[in-house]
Amino acid sequence: MTRTNKDASPNASALTNGSGAAAILAGGIGSFALAVLACAGDKLAAIKNSLIFYRPTGPLSGATTSAILIWLATWGILEWRWRNRSVVLGRISIIALALLGLSLVLTFPPVVDLF
Amino acid sequence: MEISSRALWTVIHGLGFGALYLLACSGALVELYRFTLSSTPGEPTPGQERFLKFYLLAMVVLAWTAVLTGTYVIYPWYRAAAPRGKTDLSMFPQRLLMSSPATSGWHSLGMEWKEHVAWFTPISITMVAFVLIRYGRDLKNHRHLRVAVLSFAVASFIAAGIAGFFGAMLNKNAPVQGGTTIRLSRGEER
Repeated sequence: MTRTNKDASPNASALTNGSGAAAILAGGIGSFALAVLACAGDKLAAIKNSLIFYRPTGPLSGATTSAILIWLATWGILEWRWRNRSVVLGRISIIALALLGLSLVLTFPPVVDLF
Repeated sequence: MEISSRALWTVIHGLGFGALYLLACSGALVELYRFTLSSTPGEPTPGQERFLKFYLLAMVVLAWTAVLTGTYVIYPWYRAAAPRGKTDLSMFPQRLLMSSPATSGWHSLGMEWKEHVAWFTPISITMVAFVLIRYGRDLKNHRHLRVAVLSFAVASFIAAGIAGFFGAMLNKNAPVQGGTTIRLSRGEER
């Protein structure tokens, strides 16, 4: 999904799009991780118990903390890899937005109940 | 005129952070729309660009503060378990809602969705702010990036709207109560 800086847009852009793409894709992945963890915690008792990081808040504490860590780690790695590159942003944007859309749907309780 | 400390925290969370975020987001969406979808984006002045960056940073702070206070301050009061045999559930909002078929949906649909969907807001708006700060005026050279930023900003608004709506309805049907009583003013005696 990457290409060299020489193949970038003909516009005189001072910055490559890699850093922005990293932030966008990481946002989608982080959101999706939260949705998957919330769904799994709702369906499987073992996962639910393992997600209790702070007892008064219950499994929500673990689902959100884990998702935030996944989001930040993914962002850091992608930023490190893509910071100085130009990438195929159209495809990355579609993937990120699809993940975000899926996340919104996956957290909707009637959809969770289908699993 | 009195308010309990828990009710005050709920007001701070919902009105202070959540509603303010929604208001700020509606303004930001207009500005981002002008900045991103215009075929010839206007060139903002350095002052306007600085203001937009500061505005988005304030939104990031609001979003994170809203979800953190909601999750770690108010939610534990909401989901507290009632002692066995307790019949007055007014201090246990989740149990109170679940005790009646007329209100159980506010928990099983409303809170179950709200508690997770709200977290998409800070994730999305942090990304939006990062890209705006990183690229600034250079964003005009990245059409896909502009569209993605606007889409995530819309998603953050939708997520905050869902959370805000259910938060208000939950608090209307089963308000979080308790804690110390704060006297705001002394009423007139009749």
